[in-house]
Amino acid sequence: MKTKILLLLALLVPLMAVANEGIKLDHAPIDPNNQASLQRGAKTFVNYCLNCHSAAYMRYNRLQDIGLTDEQIKSNLMFAGEKVGDTMTVAMQKTEAKAWFGVTPPDLSVEARARGADWIYSYLRSFYRDDTRPTGWNNLVYEKVAMPHVLWTLQGEQVLKVDEKTETHRLVLNKPGIQTPAEYDQTIADLVNYLVFMAEPYKERDKHLGLLVLAFLGLLFVLSYYLKKEFWKDIH
Amino acid sequence: MANNTHQESKNLVGWIDARFPLSSTLKAHVTEYYAPKNFNFWYFFGALATLILVIQILTGIFLTMNYKPEASLAFASVEYIMRDVSWGRLIRYMHSTGASMFFVVIYLHMFRGLMYGSYKTPRELIWLFGVGIFLVLMGEAFFGYLLPWGQMSYWGAQVIINLFTSIPFIGPDISLWLRGDYTVSDATLNRFFAFHVIALPLVLLGLVVAHLIALHEVGSNNPDGVEIKKNKDPKTHIPLDGIPFHPYYTIKDLMGVSVFLLVFSAIIFFAPEMGGYFLEANNFIPADPLKTPAHIAPVWYFTPYYSILRAVPPILNSQFPGVAAMGLSVVSFAFLPWLDRSPVKSIRYRGNLYKKWLAAFVVSFLILGYLGTEPSNVWGQFSVNTPLFGGADRATVVARIFSVVYFSFFAFMPWYTKRDKTKPVPERVTG
Repeated sequence: MKTKILLLLALLVPLMAVANEGIKLDHAPIDPNNQASLQRGAKTFVNYCLNCHSAAYMRYNRLQDIGLTDEQIKSNLMFAGEKVGDTMTVAMQKTEAKAWFGVTPPDLSVEARARGADWIYSYLRSFYRDDTRPTGWNNLVYEKVAMPHVLWTLQGEQVLKVDEKTETHRLVLNKPGIQTPAEYDQTIADLVNYLVFMAEPYKERDKHLGLLVLAFLGLLFVLSYYLKKEFWKDIH
Repeated sequence: MANNTHQESKNLVGWIDARFPLSSTLKAHVTEYYAPKNFNFWYFFGALATLILVIQILTGIFLTMNYKPEASLAFASVEYIMRDVSWGRLIRYMHSTGASMFFVVIYLHMFRGLMYGSYKTPRELIWLFGVGIFLVLMGEAFFGYLLPWGQMSYWGAQVIINLFTSIPFIGPDISLWLRGDYTVSDATLNRFFAFHVIALPLVLLGLVVAHLIALHEVGSNNPDGVEIKKNKDPKTHIPLDGIPFHPYYTIKDLMGVSVFLLVFSAIIFFAPEMGGYFLEANNFIPADPLKTPAHIAPVWYFTPYYSILRAVPPILNSQFPGVAAMGLSVVSFAFLPWLDRSPVKSIRYRGNLYKKWLAAFVVSFLILGYLGTEPSNVWGQFSVNTPLFGGADRATVVARIFSVVYFSFFAFMPWYTKRDKTKPVPERVTG
């Protein structure tokens, strides 16, 4: 029972001991209504992420919402003979993943809602070379992360420069990748845009419905206001 | 009624009235229930609470059709509702927003009671039933919060159940009995589901009916705290300041309902997470018994009490005093009818003393509520050289001070309400 009481005590004193404390997150420049950006993001997602990470609650044909036809989805974004109504699962077993990476890569269906767009945008741009890590990569936003820098061919290699005098550190591009830094930032912005869409695919569409609902209720309010006034005329 | 029973064959209503008190019930509770004519803004929230209860039950029924109360399926079934069930996402948001809005409305409803002395004679039982509703509602919210099986669901339940561990002697056995397992697990999820969808809703409905029956027995209070039944028309025996609930208040409430639904829909469609206060970000990560989140905070409506729990220091290595204080902070409301010794009901005729205490209580409630959402080091620490508080978390010291204010509001009430200089109460209601 003593351990349980200890656990209780531990839980009662919440600590803000998160790894990324003090790191200022960059604002993710995303636009949920930019379909071209969402489509580019989907392409990056299925090519780079959807091998270790699944998105097991997301159906491929939901991509119709970002302006793609079933044919386009099948021929451009599906590689393993799935059906277009299937969800985005991966072949890798959870136990294998755990053995290889030390941790099962999380499902990304709702990751954007858990982490927030700014966090993911900053995280994917903050990998740097670190030979002390098993993967050879470390991350400023998520220290000692188990994930290697999957997009390194695009970004190139960053290294961490520590300024002893001011006790600050910053990332410097050591070896350039296929993309320029500006292009890479755009790739990540598109990807984050897509992840945000995937976390709540109906959100933008429902906003239009929301406006109609509010308009209807506004009308109901006006009518009920005058109805009330009429009924209450004789009450003083 | 006597007339109706003899007109059996005349029409359908007559036929029913001969067998069931339809017309007389409608008269007693709606068309000839006389409510004071001076209800103000604060009197919308009873009707709104009823509306939310209906919304929660209806949306709950549809959620139950697709939700799986099983640890390995629960999280996925919620996402299934969000994505694949027709309108499922809106039904789910109505339910999750409804939970928070229920507390918004209930807190305003309770504050109305504090302002206008609605708990005073002859309405003590209405108030007690109301406190019962409040307690059951808290249980309902707590059990329901486990169901999505996210990290916050899981660890929130873990923390709250562990609170019982601190009860001397029988504590550990009680938490084991509540959990049904040594950790929060599938067994816990199943029983919480049962409590959430059937056990507590039944109790809740019963209490709501009792609350209304008691209310309609003694009649509604009003912003003046005048008993309208004291001034009846000598011929009709209708209170001079009373108006029939229908159509006057049904129509007025329709207006209130449309404003409420505007706010409610705006949240559902445009900000269902409400900046992390209604739906916490961590709850989009599936429950992981091996990974404790860095910061566990209850949903906003529990945070004032959670703050009090954290503020009370352990005594003799036991957390029990904090747990007891938290329990007392909620139950204290039940004693109000007997703590308040003021001769007047409404704040309009009370003196400054009560107004100041009530204001202090509201401020404490809000500050404790805010602090409960944050980790206790949110405002940093006092420097080591500060006398008395050296090195202590600033937020904890503030929470302690306001916890004392919170309890003082109740503890000193018999004295300050007695001493308070009251103003004369008018015979009839004012405007």
